[in-house]
Amino acid sequence: MQKLWDNYRYLFLRRFTQISLLVLYFGANAWGWSLLMGNLSSSKILGVIPMSDPYAALQMLMAGAVLAGDLLIGVVVVTLFYLLIGGRAFCSWVCPINMITDAANFLRRKLEIDRIQGVKQPASRNIRYWVLGLSLIISFIMGVTAFEFISPISMVHRGIVFGLGFGWAAMLIIFLFDLFVLKNGWCGHICPLGGFYSLLGKFSLIKVHHSEENCTLCMKCKDVCPEKQVLHMIGKESLPVLSGECSNCARCIEVCDDDALRFSIRELALQRKTGE
Amino acid sequence: MSESRPEIKKKTKKQPISDRRRFILNMARGAGIATIGGFLWSAHLDEVTASELVLRPPAALKEDDFLKTCIKCGLCVEACPYDTLLLAKPGDNKPLGTPYFVPRDVPCYMCPDIPCVPVCPTGALDVASVTTNDKLDINISDMGVAVVDDESCIAFWGIQCDACYRACPLFGTAITIEYQQNERTGKHAFMKPIVHADACTGCGMCEHACVTEKPAIFILPRETATGKAGSYYIKGWDKSDEKRLEDATEIETVTELSKESATDSLNGSLEDLY
Repeated sequence: MQKLWDNYRYLFLRRFTQISLLVLYFGANAWGWSLLMGNLSSSKILGVIPMSDPYAALQMLMAGAVLAGDLLIGVVVVTLFYLLIGGRAFCSWVCPINMITDAANFLRRKLEIDRIQGVKQPASRNIRYWVLGLSLIISFIMGVTAFEFISPISMVHRGIVFGLGFGWAAMLIIFLFDLFVLKNGWCGHICPLGGFYSLLGKFSLIKVHHSEENCTLCMKCKDVCPEKQVLHMIGKESLPVLSGECSNCARCIEVCDDDALRFSIRELALQRKTGE
Repeated sequence: MSESRPEIKKKTKKQPISDRRRFILNMARGAGIATIGGFLWSAHLDEVTASELVLRPPAALKEDDFLKTCIKCGLCVEACPYDTLLLAKPGDNKPLGTPYFVPRDVPCYMCPDIPCVPVCPTGALDVASVTTNDKLDINISDMGVAVVDDESCIAFWGIQCDACYRACPLFGTAITIEYQQNERTGKHAFMKPIVHADACTGCGMCEHACVTEKPAIFILPRETATGKAGSYYIKGWDKSDEKRLEDATEIETVTELSKESATDSLNGSLEDLY
């Protein structure tokens, strides 16, 4: 039991966060709870504190909308949290798509699909930044929020809270895409919201830290990591994971049997390194 | 044998690609793929935002502005006590995630405190547009306008029905009954419902109440339901409308035919008319 907890504690906490958020949002619409109303695009805590998706607001700005007071406060709240504290934590702790892509990735490992496709990834992880840029350009030209009209994230989340319609098709497409077409395809390559939070969260405080002296080079962390490239220092150097593409999912920490990975406050880790 | 073999052209040895070339080619490739994706994406957006027949919550901005300002959070939907408002799902054929209502199912009951509007975080539902003298006023909201199909409205057949008239929350203002003799029977009256578009808020209570199988009175977005006479018609019997003439200036239209005087032009050969 202890071992189960050790190996899955963060995964458990993440699923707990993701599902409780869904339940709270769902309860607000279905039973009139007021703890968390709205959805991931924009919500209110207890009807007072607004929270808004900064990427959606950016598209609105590009589309030529006038941004109202409540929205701006909400954007500041969310931006500050991820910018200063959470990093790209939205992707692995909040986003409902994460459960779908994690399931696809899990099945992919179990079925050993990588062995028929080879190790080499056929697509660049920078596609998301192109999609991000493109969404802003299209928002500007078409005068609508480009990604918000196709986003499977809000489609699924809205679907769970307000009624799904054909939204299940979007879920299935992402699942099959990640399972059969491209490993970590949606979250790790295409999703512009992930790209946005990668840029926003680059300088956040919470980072995973690697201690090279403990590492036995088992590479379990790299196996399980959805953004492998951020773990380039494994077994080479004691460094924090500085790339914004790390979503702080902490799977690497819990699969490590040698205590070579842990969460740390970024600044402290840096200071200690320079002090040595 | 070996000497008679035709000489194989020596392949020019390929230079390893330079970093600069690789970078430029990669960028060009990215830009090219982005262009393909961009056009597909734009075409899709153009299609999905083209739906004109969507009824929005009260105080919604004009459709164009609404689509760029609504963040699709559903707070208005949650605020509505009658479950009138819905968020467009995939498959509803409405701009995805935006709030709308179907009055035949659930109309807008025109709450005096308009709970759906002040909760909007983006101003896509504009409080100012439903405010008179610093007070919320649902009666000036504009969700659409009711239209009567006089072919299927049984009141126009001569059957007595005033369901829409009775259901209208702006009783006697937005819908009035016009009495007219029924010459077919000679002793009955038609009691025809007439919608007054300037007063109608488009709440849809009439559509909800209509007794015919498919409603004979229904709500359309105002843009769709109304025509426009154009500014060059002036109501001579309306003092305020006639005021527009005060600043009017003469506009002389010059065409090919204006070269000659009107009489000369009419007496001349008609060639230049064709």
